[in-house]
Amino acid sequence: MFKFLQLNKIFQITSKAPKYVLFLFIVVLSVGLTEALILSPEDYKQSDAVRIMYVHVPSAWISLGIFSSITFLSLSGFIFKNNNFFLISKSLAPSGFVFNIIALVTGAIWGKPTWGTWWAWDARITSMLILALFYLMYLISWRIYENEEKVFKISTFITILGIINVPIIKYSVDWWNTLHQPASINILSKSSIHSSMLFPLIIMTAAFVLFSLLIFLMKYNTELIKIKNKGLDRL
Amino acid sequence: MINELLFMNGYGVYVLSAFSFTLLSFTALYLVTKIQFIKEQNKFVAKYGSLNSEKAISAKSQRINKEILANVTKN
Repeated sequence: MFKFLQLNKIFQITSKAPKYVLFLFIVVLSVGLTEALILSPEDYKQSDAVRIMYVHVPSAWISLGIFSSITFLSLSGFIFKNNNFFLISKSLAPSGFVFNIIALVTGAIWGKPTWGTWWAWDARITSMLILALFYLMYLISWRIYENEEKVFKISTFITILGIINVPIIKYSVDWWNTLHQPASINILSKSSIHSSMLFPLIIMTAAFVLFSLLIFLMKYNTELIKIKNKGLDRL
Repeated sequence: MINELLFMNGYGVYVLSAFSFTLLSFTALYLVTKIQFIKEQNKFVAKYGSLNSEKAISAKSQRINKEILANVTKN
């Protein structure tokens, strides 16, 4: 099972892919920035401050998506006894953490002109901060423990605890009275965002996904070379 | 036109600082990851170079090692 996850075969693809992904990322980001900063309209209430949404929302989405993927992959690693799942999780974490920080900082910058404060201990913001702490614990666990089995167990335990926070982040704006506005984009029902703002948001999300893919590929290749370095030591 | 773009009805400072922070974070993460990658690659080349001919042949028989070495020469 999972023969396609053989390191030799994977490295053949992942070692060549980053340069193409980087090129695509620069192209999509350029289009996204033009749309977000120049072409998209201002909001009738928030005026131009709404443009912060084009970096804040995709960052929050991707950080949540990456953490969910890390949890799923870590659990799969245990179920199928495949270490490569852990390697993929480890390589995804740095970009997830950075996107989490970007969401928090850009959220604070957006909060000042719209709410009149940089920070509020409301449910959405606090739960996002907690997610950042889980990311940090996950990354630190890989640095602290040398023993492979131990680090697999501890990092998976951290992700299982952290994943409980993900639905809390998602539904915090519905469950509690918060400063944060409810979701404007719904997959199952009609979105309340106009297409002139939805289009740049989708482009910027695509650019951010490409960036996280680029970092993942580079990090994954680094981890594979690290394994090979250990292999050379044993020769 | 450019003044209008930068001023953004008084929100320019907030909007541009949010975008700048995002792009700076991207650049920093990219550079850190790239440096780590190059460091490991150089370590691999140094270790490979220190192998005797028999061990080098054995190491080169693995396709992934060949790929790593090929990428180093390309870079």
